[in-house]
Amino acid sequence: MNRHLLSGADLSHADALLVLDTAEELAQLADRPIKKLPTLRGRTVVNLFFEDSTRTRISFEAAAKRLSADVINFSAKGSSVSKGESLKDTALTLEAMGADAVVVRHHASGAPHRLAHSGWIRGSVVNAGDGTHEHPTQALLDAFTMRRRLNGDRPLGTDLTGRRVTIVGDVLHSRVARSNVLLLHTLGAEVTLVAPPTLLPVGIDAWPCTTSYDLDGELAKSDVVMMLRVQRERMTTEGGGFFPSAREYSRRYGLDRRRVAVLPDHAIVMHPGPMNRGMEIAAEVADSARSTIVEQVTNGVSVRMAVLYLLLSGSTEITEVTA
Amino acid sequence: MTPTPDLTARATGPVPVGSVPGHRAGSSSRAGQPGGPATVGRPVLEAPDIGRALTRIAHEILERNKGAGDLCLLGIPSRGVPLAYRLGALIAQVEGSTVPVGALDVTMYRDDLRLRPARALEHTELPPEGVDGRTVVLVDDVLFSGRTIRAALDALGDLGRPRSVQLAVLVDRGHRELPIRADYVGKNLPTSMTERVHVLLEERDGRDAVTVEKTTAATPAAAARTGADDE
Repeated sequence: MNRHLLSGADLSHADALLVLDTAEELAQLADRPIKKLPTLRGRTVVNLFFEDSTRTRISFEAAAKRLSADVINFSAKGSSVSKGESLKDTALTLEAMGADAVVVRHHASGAPHRLAHSGWIRGSVVNAGDGTHEHPTQALLDAFTMRRRLNGDRPLGTDLTGRRVTIVGDVLHSRVARSNVLLLHTLGAEVTLVAPPTLLPVGIDAWPCTTSYDLDGELAKSDVVMMLRVQRERMTTEGGGFFPSAREYSRRYGLDRRRVAVLPDHAIVMHPGPMNRGMEIAAEVADSARSTIVEQVTNGVSVRMAVLYLLLSGSTEITEVTA
Repeated sequence: MTPTPDLTARATGPVPVGSVPGHRAGSSSRAGQPGGPATVGRPVLEAPDIGRALTRIAHEILERNKGAGDLCLLGIPSRGVPLAYRLGALIAQVEGSTVPVGALDVTMYRDDLRLRPARALEHTELPPEGVDGRTVVLVDDVLFSGRTIRAALDALGDLGRPRSVQLAVLVDRGHRELPIRADYVGKNLPTSMTERVHVLLEERDGRDAVTVEKTTAATPAAAARTGADDE
């Protein structure tokens, strides 16, 4: 495993299983009277958020605190960034404060990569979402959730071989979709991206997945349906005019009760949040037993603990065996 | 004091988690793993010796605690876990009632996490009875510097408040670095710092044996860095 986690493709099959298995053990912590481990005592984790986020930032904060790390939250609003400070100067400041890990969310694709490889900081960099590029810990928590739901209560050591995952929505602007395609492919799943032609990126032929414009044709064979958030402003001309109206989008690509009825009995419905009820997902579907939306949030903490533990606790390279 | 030798480096790779409960002494089939791994080093205990030592420890535990009433056995992964299950079975034979047995992974509480590569976690499984108010007997294969047991005591403190904690080990090889001693010892095995103790158990390795291997490593720290030490 690399020192940084920037992309869903950074993880080999063995690395991904190591993270998921570690998260599985750490998930037990939630049932204990003391939900804290001393593992990262004295380490500092900086949450560097240039973009608004609730669940991801809180999730990373909870994960770091449960491992006893010190957490510094830094958001662009109300900081020197709003006075025009550059990423580099912000990074140098964090380095001077002794950050062991920097969890970064940035509106520019590639910002975490720049942070990791420019020599500004020595700590590990974890990408918590950059532009329309990647969001690898979201992909990990999605894979973790799928594995738990589909592979039984003790899914240790198993991957997602042969599972069919259908990801629906604004793939063009989605860092969640890209990271999921890369990671799920590594784990053996077959991913199909479903979106209107305007919302599939150029060059998608090179991604390790298939694409479709027709949601109804994919449902019956899906083990997992993952709905992506669709932003209403994207349908206006100023927003790009990617689709004509919310109503049309919802008709063709929204997951409602009728479409859910076509799914196999074991199939699950996922959404990375925040969701638009009634737009890409019907409220009754979001609240149904198939929906893993709340579980995904819980699992996010376990997965991020695993990532921070594996990146921060060791002195050198990570090995997947207990040596 | 020398740099910490590693205490629970396991030589044989990932454990098939979940395969341990249900195993009893001698009950696992050797089919599929004929002969087990080759013997490394000088044999110290053979299968019958290990069986006798565990039987004695089971009786000592019952004698000291006046029965199995509030007992809870917690094995420290990886090889402490099958030992705990064996002791549990032996105690059940004598007393006619079952004893709660579980596993306690101490990885996240180790004091050498920053010095070594991050390692995969083992499974912690508490019996449904919990540990509060019980006499917990920690079970491990080899007692060496005592650091694993210190970590185990910390881990246990986060899980509940046992009435008392005792320690049972199959082999005590000396060289303690902390004020920790075992209550029940299968065999005291005086060793030099350049030696390695290997414990093989039927459940994991296909056969029972304890061997001592001479190494060329000048210091135990060097041995630990190779990741091959077995205590």
